[in-house]
Amino acid sequence: MAAVTTSTERTLNKLAIAGVLIVTLIFLAPIYWIASTAFKPRNLSTTIPPTVVFTPEVSPFVKLFTKRSQLRSPPTPEEYAAAPWWERMVFDGGEKVVRDGKGNVQWSGYPSRFMNSLIVATISTILAVGMGTLTAYGFSRFKVKGEGDLLFFILSTRMLPPVVVAIPMFLMYRTFGLNDTHIGLIILYTAFNLSFSVWLMKGFMDEIPKEYEEAALVDGYTRMQAFFKVVLPEAATGIAATAVFCFITAWNEYAFALIMTNRRAQTAPPFIPSQVGSGLPDWTVIAAGTLLFLLPVAIFTFLLRNHLLRGVTFGAIRK
Amino acid sequence: MAHIQLKNITKVFGRHTALKNLNLEIEDGQFFVLLGETGAGKTTTLRLVAGLEKPTSGQIFIDGVDVGDWGAAERDVALVLQQYSLYPRYTVRENLEFPLKSKIRRVPDDEIKERVARAARTLRIEHLLERKTDRLSGGEMQRVSIGRAIVRKPRVFLMDEPLSALDAKLREALRTELKDLQRRLGATFLFVTHDQIEAMSMGDRVGVLNHGHLVQTGTPKEIYDNPRDTFVASFVGSPPMNLIDGSLAGGRAVIAPKTFELPYEGAVKSGANDRPLTFGIRPEDVVIEAGAPVPATVHDVENHGVEKIVTLRVGENTLRATVPASTQVEVEQDVRFAWNPKKVALFDKHSGISLRHAG
Ligand SMILES: Nc1ncnc2c1ncn2[C@@H]1O[C@H](COP(=O)(O)OP(=O)(O)OP(=O)(O)O)[C@@H](O)[C@H]1O
Ligand SMILES: [Mg+2]
Repeated sequence: MAAVTTSTERTLNKLAIAGVLIVTLIFLAPIYWIASTAFKPRNLSTTIPPTVVFTPEVSPFVKLFTKRSQLRSPPTPEEYAAAPWWERMVFDGGEKVVRDGKGNVQWSGYPSRFMNSLIVATISTILAVGMGTLTAYGFSRFKVKGEGDLLFFILSTRMLPPVVVAIPMFLMYRTFGLNDTHIGLIILYTAFNLSFSVWLMKGFMDEIPKEYEEAALVDGYTRMQAFFKVVLPEAATGIAATAVFCFITAWNEYAFALIMTNRRAQTAPPFIPSQVGSGLPDWTVIAAGTLLFLLPVAIFTFLLRNHLLRGVTFGAIRK
Repeated sequence: MAHIQLKNITKVFGRHTALKNLNLEIEDGQFFVLLGETGAGKTTTLRLVAGLEKPTSGQIFIDGVDVGDWGAAERDVALVLQQYSLYPRYTVRENLEFPLKSKIRRVPDDEIKERVARAARTLRIEHLLERKTDRLSGGEMQRVSIGRAIVRKPRVFLMDEPLSALDAKLREALRTELKDLQRRLGATFLFVTHDQIEAMSMGDRVGVLNHGHLVQTGTPKEIYDNPRDTFVASFVGSPPMNLIDGSLAGGRAVIAPKTFELPYEGAVKSGANDRPLTFGIRPEDVVIEAGAPVPATVHDVENHGVEKIVTLRVGENTLRATVPASTQVEVEQDVRFAWNPKKVALFDKHSGISLRHAG
């Protein structure tokens, strides 16, 4: 870096910063849109021009988590007075919270779909990264016959667009009873992410000098122990980066989830838009669902950000 | 401690033969130095002994047992690698403890502590113990890797140019210390270097490796005094042995074409007389004095403190002489020189092999 910056350089710098700011704003706009809609009263969610100033409320989230039905007639004042604050919000929207015979509030489908997403994405990520790491280690350290062909073959699973394999997969899954099961989706996402994980991890493994493990071998450790004690800590950056990518892919996957699941194992992505169709669309509820849906990826990425920054450069910064 | 034997070892990498029919024996408690240029196959030899590489053919014996099928951990050797041998995420202490914490060794905790402390003291790295290894200088790293070997009591120490990253002073100090350590432990060492001074000063025995062939093994003195061929002659010694083409005629060395003639008083084998030869003479056996028979011109003078290295020009040949620092010589000065006729070595000009070795 030059110690002396000329005025032209400073102007250029400012321009660059302005440019970056504009791009950032463009990227953040949809997120702002979703976040603000999630806190809007229903009647303000579709105004033209959009409402920017409003009193935020949490009614969309209440509606998101509860099962509701249309009110035939408005609630009696006693009913209204007896209801807790959140139930009143539902009354205000012209709906009522569904309760079972014992008076327990019925949950909406969202929490279980959200849990499904978490389970499927987490387990498939662990499997894909775990197997990918081991496979990559093998390819990186041992002479594998036809290594290039095998690696290409692994990658070829990614070459067909999902639409092409969707129907055969669906038929296979029906035969094996894997439709609408967690296992089914986990297998699918693991298979889908595995090729990616192998390739990415192979790059990272190649970067780790094999002398480290060799030293450990000579020091009296088995290949396995050497792998866990020496190689794995070195590969942490790569594993973190790969895990984030796999998790995001599995978390956001829509097409297969839509085809392969409908209730028990359905994940959030096909569920959220399905709410559009039931009754009149309530965009505030959809926005609330979407906002919560964004959180896990955001948190996961945030926690691993240090690894990611180094990881996405594919080891170029490493010594 | 152990006796090591390599029998007919050949190692091929793809199309490249790194080692060819290597036979090597290291006695129990011996400090064996493997000396060779870069790419000669030194590291490969060490890796074969350590079990990190399998020979293409041939056998390796440790204490008389063929260890061909043994993994690195079972061979119980300590290896100091040329580079990258420290675990980067560990502190120096953790690195030193690492080999002792292996399941197959089970060293009790207080003994681990004591051995680490002792190794750290020997190598003067006590102040570095809590430091992460990626914050060490090259020399410090190298000392820690030596430390990681000496905390153990392996059957044999394998060291791959462990001193090459150190500055001259530290190298000299560690040279003495390693040698001391080896004597104290009575340990078997296989020490690899490309530095002939290191080899000559440390080795009980030295093996000279040239392009995967073990050219000569012997004590440093044998190698120095009686090199098997012109490669060894020019590789060992600093400055190296002078090598001049010529022939023998009537007990005199005739340096062709008609440059000079000097007496030769070594043994003359039959057949030595009628073939092109290469004469070898160590610089310290070349004398510059007023009454000497051959005239020459001083080409260059290097002052090394106790001695001077004088490069002489004689016709088309150059010749180096080591003379006392007090000798007055100047560049382009005309001088006269002779050699010690008893110290002249004869090599076949074509094969480069010493006539004394050729049988
Ligand atoms: N894994 C390998 N694959 C292919 N060729 C190799 C391999 N290891 C070593 N070689 C080759 O074998 C030869 C000997 O290598 P080696 O590392 O033993 O040399 P060295 O004597 O240790 O050299 P240096 O002093 O540079 O360390 C070299 O030509 C090298 O290129
Ligand atoms: Mg080497």
